[in-house]
Amino acid sequence: MKKEVLDPQGKVVSQTLKNMGYKNIINVRQGKYFQIELNETNKEKAKKIVEEISKKLLTNIVIEDYTINLE
Amino acid sequence: MKSSIIVFPGSNCDRDVAVALEKFQISHQMVWHNETSLPKTDLVILPGGFSYGDYLRTGCIASKSPIIEDIIKHAKKGGLILGICNGFQILIEADLLPGVLLRNKKLRFLSKNVFLKVINVENHFCINFNKKNIIELPIAHNEGNYFADNKILQNLEDNNLIAFKYCDEKGNINKDSNPNGSSNNIAGILNSNKNILGMMPHPERLIDPLLSGEDGSMMFESLLKSQ
Repeated sequence: MKKEVLDPQGKVVSQTLKNMGYKNIINVRQGKYFQIELNETNKEKAKKIVEEISKKLLTNIVIEDYTINLE
Repeated sequence: MKSSIIVFPGSNCDRDVAVALEKFQISHQMVWHNETSLPKTDLVILPGGFSYGDYLRTGCIASKSPIIEDIIKHAKKGGLILGICNGFQILIEADLLPGVLLRNKKLRFLSKNVFLKVINVENHFCINFNKKNIIELPIAHNEGNYFADNKILQNLEDNNLIAFKYCDEKGNINKDSNPNGSSNNIAGILNSNKNILGMMPHPERLIDPLLSGEDGSMMFESLLKSQ
């Protein structure tokens, strides 16, 4: 979720953690995590493909951000 | 018998439970989740619904409510607890029952009547089912697919802690009679002391012939008998 978009689930999780006694919680935002296995050895090409599917399917770029970690 | 119905933001079967308890003259009190102690009570009921909009995981946020601590104390003293549907999910998230409830195998919300075989009739909730152990109750859930590792399942089977299994009209327990993909067709389980029951079907919805049946009544009659 982009910073400026309200994340009600994250807010509830944050409040619950505070109720549980974690007083130093400032904010929680909830997101999704995808593990993608690719049949591609070239890192540049792999990143390009994942970027493309992130934009085309995995995220709604109006409200969501994404980051990619290659392993 | 005195009972408490716990109401969370998003509970929606709390009043149905209250109507059922009234019918069987079990006195009840509605208890808001923010309370820190239970009134004097023999039975705690966690009703169905969508507590906290199912945020994070079903039942998860509710299981951290202030009242839960006192419910755990009540459980340890041997007090009765019945969790129905979302209530079952909350009991699991509160570590009062083992396993987890995953999304239904076919990823669809299920709202229909199912047949159940009462596997354990020797507990406070099910004594009266010894007269009739194949019953029909409604289910209404999206996350009712009971999952646990083999060790937990073996323990449930060996110690007779499975209260209900999904079956067909004739009592056959198999893949075809499993609506949501639950391990071993499990629809409801007991803790080792058999004072806590969690179940996905809704007994409180079938307590009147005008509402298509009375199979749920037997659970409330059992509770009355057990005191």
